[in-house]
Amino acid sequence: MTTDVITRLDPQSHAAKRGLSDLSIRNLFIIPTILFLIVFNIFPLLYSLYYSFTDFRASTNAPANFIGLQNYRELLNDPFIWNNFVITAKYVIVSVAGQVVVGFGVALLLNRDIPYKGLITTLLLLPMMLSMAVVGLFWKLLYDPSFGIINYALGLGTFEWLANPDMALYAVAITDIWMWSPFVMLLSLAGLSAVPKHLYEAAAIDRAGSLYTFFRITLPLVAPILMIAIIFRTMEAFKTFDLAYILTSQPTTEVLSIRLYKMAFQEWQTGRSCALAYIMLIVVVAITNIYVKYLNKVKER
Amino acid sequence: MAAVRTPAERTLNRLAIVSVLLVTLIFLAPIYWITATAFKPRNLATTVPPTVMFEPEVSPFVKLFLRRSQLREAPSEEQYAAAPWWEQLVFDGGEKVVRSGTGEVRWSAYPDRFMNSLIIAVSSTVLAVGMGTLTAYGFSRFKVAGEQDWLFFILSTRMLPPVVVAIPMFLMYRVFGLTDTHVGLIILYTAFNMSFSVWLMKGFIDEIPREYEEAALVDGYTRLQAFFKVVLPEAATGIAATAVFCFIIAWNEYAFALIMTNRRAQTAPPFIPSQIGSGLPDWTVIAAGTVLFLLPVAIFTFLLRNHLLRGMSFGAIRK
Repeated sequence: MTTDVITRLDPQSHAAKRGLSDLSIRNLFIIPTILFLIVFNIFPLLYSLYYSFTDFRASTNAPANFIGLQNYRELLNDPFIWNNFVITAKYVIVSVAGQVVVGFGVALLLNRDIPYKGLITTLLLLPMMLSMAVVGLFWKLLYDPSFGIINYALGLGTFEWLANPDMALYAVAITDIWMWSPFVMLLSLAGLSAVPKHLYEAAAIDRAGSLYTFFRITLPLVAPILMIAIIFRTMEAFKTFDLAYILTSQPTTEVLSIRLYKMAFQEWQTGRSCALAYIMLIVVVAITNIYVKYLNKVKER
Repeated sequence: MAAVRTPAERTLNRLAIVSVLLVTLIFLAPIYWITATAFKPRNLATTVPPTVMFEPEVSPFVKLFLRRSQLREAPSEEQYAAAPWWEQLVFDGGEKVVRSGTGEVRWSAYPDRFMNSLIIAVSSTVLAVGMGTLTAYGFSRFKVAGEQDWLFFILSTRMLPPVVVAIPMFLMYRVFGLTDTHVGLIILYTAFNMSFSVWLMKGFIDEIPREYEEAALVDGYTRLQAFFKVVLPEAATGIAATAVFCFIIAWNEYAFALIMTNRRAQTAPPFIPSQIGSGLPDWTVIAAGTVLFLLPVAIFTFLLRNHLLRGMSFGAIRK
C-alpha cells in the first residue's frame, strides 16, 4: 500500500507527503491498541483454552495433565451446572422483563409536557451510574427484615427477602431493575422522540384511539431501539456477578458467574473452571452477534 | 408532544406529572436512605421501626477515617475535655481512637482504598482514552483493510464476562508478580475500557469535517500537526465525555478488583462490603463510606447528562 491509497483526504494533496507518511501514522495509531488487546485479552483466552483441556489446579504445583474433553463432558452432564444455567435464565428473564416494563413505562410518561423534564430525567438516570457492588451493599440495609425501610414502607412486618431461598433471586432482580430500568428509559426516550409528530397528528385527524395509536405507530417505531436495550441488558444480566454475590449467599441465587468464581478461586478447579468459562463465552458471543446486527440496522435508519 | 387541548387531555397530563414525580421519589428513595444513614448517630441506624426524623451529625465520617476500638469504661472527664471535638464524637459513640506507640492517631484503611481507587481509575482512564483516541482517528481517517472486522474485534473484547477473563489473567499475573499491584489493575482496566473508548471516540471524530484538516494541510501543517492542532481541539468535548465514562467504569469495577487485589492495591468497591465482616456492623460508618464513594459519580452524572445516551449505547445512538 502506498500513501496515496490509504488516505481518505485528497490523494493528490502534496501536503500529505510532508512529515510522517499517512501510512506510518495510521500504523502508529492503530497497531499499539490492537497489540495491547491481543496481549491482555486474546492471549489469556488462548491460555485458558489450553487449561480447559487439563486437570490443572492453580493451588498445587502439580503439572497439568491433558485430559481432552473430559471437563466439558462432565460439566455438560452435571445437573448442578444445569441448575446454575436455569437460575441465570430465570434471573435474566425476570430482571430484563422488569426493566423493560418499568423503563418503557416511565419513558412514555416522560414523553409529555412535564415541567423540569431534563432535571427529572437526569435524577432518574442516577442509579445506573453507581457501582453495582456498593448498590448491592446498601440494598442489604434496605432489605433487612427487622430494621429495613422496605418492609416498613410496604408494611410487610419481618418478611425475609435475602435469607429466603424462594425470594432471594427476586430480591436481586428487583435491585437490578431499580438500577437498570433507567437505561431502558434512556434508550426508549430517544426512540420516542424520533417518532415523527405528523404521524400522531394524522392519527388524531382520523380519530384513532390511543391504544390503536400506541400499537400501530409508537411501538413499531420504537421497537428497534427497544430491542437494542433488551439485548444489551440480556447480555449484562447473563454475566451478572456483583449484585447477587454481595446481596446473598443462597444456593438459589448462584448464577453462572458466581459458580465460575467459586470453582476457580475457592475450589481451585482451574482446568474445569476454564472449560465453564468457555461455555459461557460461547453464549455471550452469540448474544453479542445479535446485538451488533441490530446496532447496524438502527444506524442505517 | 402536541399541545394540550381538551379538558380530558389536561387531566391526563396532570396524572402523568403526578406519576412521574412519584416514580422519581421511589427511585431516589434508596439513595436518600443511605445518605441519611451516613448522618445518623449509631444507635438510630438500625432501629425498629426505622428512624426517619433525626438530628444529623458527622460522627460516621469521623469514624470512617479513624481506627477505633470499643471503650472498656467511660473516659475520665479531663480526658474527655482535653480531646479535640472529633475525638469527643468517637467517645460519644462508645469508642476511642486507636493511637500508635508515639501517640499519633491511626488512620483507618478507608483513605488508602479510596486513594487506590483514584490512582487506578485515573491512570487507566488516561491510557484508555489516549490510545483510544489515536486508534479512533486511525480508523476514522485512513483506509484499513477489514476495518469492520477490526472494529468488531475491538468491541468483542468488552463483551467478555470479567470472571472469564480474570482466570487466565490471574495465572499470568501470578507469574509476573502483578497480583495486588496498582499496575496490574491499571492494565486490566485499560484493556477493559479500550473498546469503549475507541468506539465512542470514533463516533466523535467521524463528526469532525475532514475539510478542517485538509485546510490545515494546505496551510503547510504536517498530518501530525493537523491532528494535534486541529482535530484534538475539535474533539475536546468528546474526549472529556469519553474520559468521564471510562473513569466511572473503572471507579465502579468490582469483580477484577476482588480477584486480583486483597490489600496493597485494593480499591474501594471490594473493600467497602468487606467492612461488614462478622458481628454487628456499624451501618453509619458503612453508609458514610458508601456516600463518599458514590459522590464523585453523582457529580459526573450531572456533568455528563447530555452524553449519557451516546455513552451507554457505545456511541451507536446519537441525538
